[in-house]
Amino acid sequence: MIEGLAALYIFMLAGFTGFEIISKVPVILHTPLMSGSNFVHGIVLVGAMIALGIAENPTQQVIGFIAVLLAAGNAVGGYVVTERMLEMFKASGKKGAAGEKK
Amino acid sequence: MNILIQATYFLAAALFILGLKQMSSPVTARRGIHWAGVGMMLATLVTFLAPELSDNPQAFTNYILIIIAIAIGGGYAWVTGKKVAMTDMPQMIAMYNGMGGGAAATIAAVELLKAQGEVAAGAEPAGLLGALGLQSPALVPANISEAMGTDITILAILGAMIGTIAFSGSIIAWAKLDGRLNTSKLLPKQQLINLVLALVMVGFGVAVFFTGDLMPIVVFFALALILGVFITVPVGGADMPVIISLFNALTGLAVGFEGYVLGNAAMIIAGTVVGSAGTLLTHLMAKAMNRSVSSVFFSGFGTTQVASAGAVEGGGSMKEIQGQDVGIMMAYASQVVIIPGYGMAVAQAQHKVWELTQLLTEKGVKVKFAIHPVAGRMPGHMNVLLAEAGVPYDLIYDMEDINADFQNTTVTLVIGANDVVNPAAKNDPSSPLFGMPILNAEQSDNVIVIKRGRGTGFSGVENPLFLLDNTRMLFGDGQKAVNELIQAVKEL
Repeated sequence: MIEGLAALYIFMLAGFTGFEIISKVPVILHTPLMSGSNFVHGIVLVGAMIALGIAENPTQQVIGFIAVLLAAGNAVGGYVVTERMLEMFKASGKKGAAGEKK
Repeated sequence: MNILIQATYFLAAALFILGLKQMSSPVTARRGIHWAGVGMMLATLVTFLAPELSDNPQAFTNYILIIIAIAIGGGYAWVTGKKVAMTDMPQMIAMYNGMGGGAAATIAAVELLKAQGEVAAGAEPAGLLGALGLQSPALVPANISEAMGTDITILAILGAMIGTIAFSGSIIAWAKLDGRLNTSKLLPKQQLINLVLALVMVGFGVAVFFTGDLMPIVVFFALALILGVFITVPVGGADMPVIISLFNALTGLAVGFEGYVLGNAAMIIAGTVVGSAGTLLTHLMAKAMNRSVSSVFFSGFGTTQVASAGAVEGGGSMKEIQGQDVGIMMAYASQVVIIPGYGMAVAQAQHKVWELTQLLTEKGVKVKFAIHPVAGRMPGHMNVLLAEAGVPYDLIYDMEDINADFQNTTVTLVIGANDVVNPAAKNDPSSPLFGMPILNAEQSDNVIVIKRGRGTGFSGVENPLFLLDNTRMLFGDGQKAVNELIQAVKEL
């Protein structure tokens, strides 16, 4: 599906993309963004589901089960925490904008 | 079906990148996390349709197991994530990150064990058939790398190593920030032990590659677990955000590597983006503290602590002041700078601080907030809390923007901050904080420190600022103390 060289290009381009995204972030968003990127690597859930899905014996099933459990925690927790943090920015953004109008 | 799955992964990867991009601006940040959330939801749902899952003879059991695992893991994270106080955010990020690292490592474990199983299964008939000359040896994988392919094996082992270290390290970071683990000393010559441990671990990683035995795999994972613990335990104080950010980047990388192992483009892209973004973020944080990432990673914090604590003691004593007096002082000041720290967060004093700010502004006092890059326990942590209280952006200043302004400041109010205003960082080479840029609070006419007690800050380092002639201490809970100030200003 993803062969060696193509994967290498994907690694490179994705690496530059991540670099580019972060380089323009104001300090105030560093924590939310760290949390947001923490959520994004929750995509490991997809891999964990496959790992458990292809498990053929109890040992693999137990380990795969742990993988899905942990990955789901990463994805859901990352989302909830980031959402809560950014919610505050919305509220303060409104007030800040109102303050500017004065 | 395969087309649908691939298209969805493609869409999810695009949504992640766009989402992160939007998260980098306060205006679009909320939309960003929602977009990324949609991407995650779609990718998760479509994975249930994957042929690898339905073709497995164990498919039914595995589907049930997947749903149960998601319900437990997701449910736990949902409840804790909703419940956690804003002040405890950093350790929750560490916790969820550790879970992701652990997931990447366990995926690698499943893959390696499958390959090991193939080798072991191949070895037995090969003994019999091989002896009879009926089977060509090339058909039976002689070791794990032959069973999985060279490139996949290397990345699986690397991802396993990184993910496992990020897992145990993040859990330790969580325990330390949550106050469950207070020790920073583990073993003498910790650095040397870590180095030896790392080399032995890499050795076993190589052994996993070249053999088909179970033992190297188990030892390899165990060593990586221990190494993560050993690396993180000595890290303390202001270095914690750096190490969490680093583990976040490492988890991303591990996810990317395991994405290659599974041939999953969405994982490769999302993981690598996070890996590089996290690395840059870690670097920015470490730079703000004038510490290199390697020194955070490999050296314990506070090893020279004893010497500096002794040097400070004879220097003077703390002078107390009452809230009433501080209120008067501030009301007649021309400029007040407020330096919030973790203590403000703990006391939930941010709303009161904003109330005080509004009162002072009405009286014509210029009020500014000075935020150290690592104030609280993570960059931006204080900004989040102040934003929660409703403080507008234009009152909040970064360290570089405000440091020259302290000379023109009548009163600097330090609420629950300590290490970020410690002048020892500038003039005491024996201090563990030495070299970290700090807010020049000591340059203002008066410094008022609101503090719960006489103890040291999170890093355990004494603060000579508290002993200076222009410093007064207002002991008490942050919220109560600020309340006193509000009353004092109101009464004028």
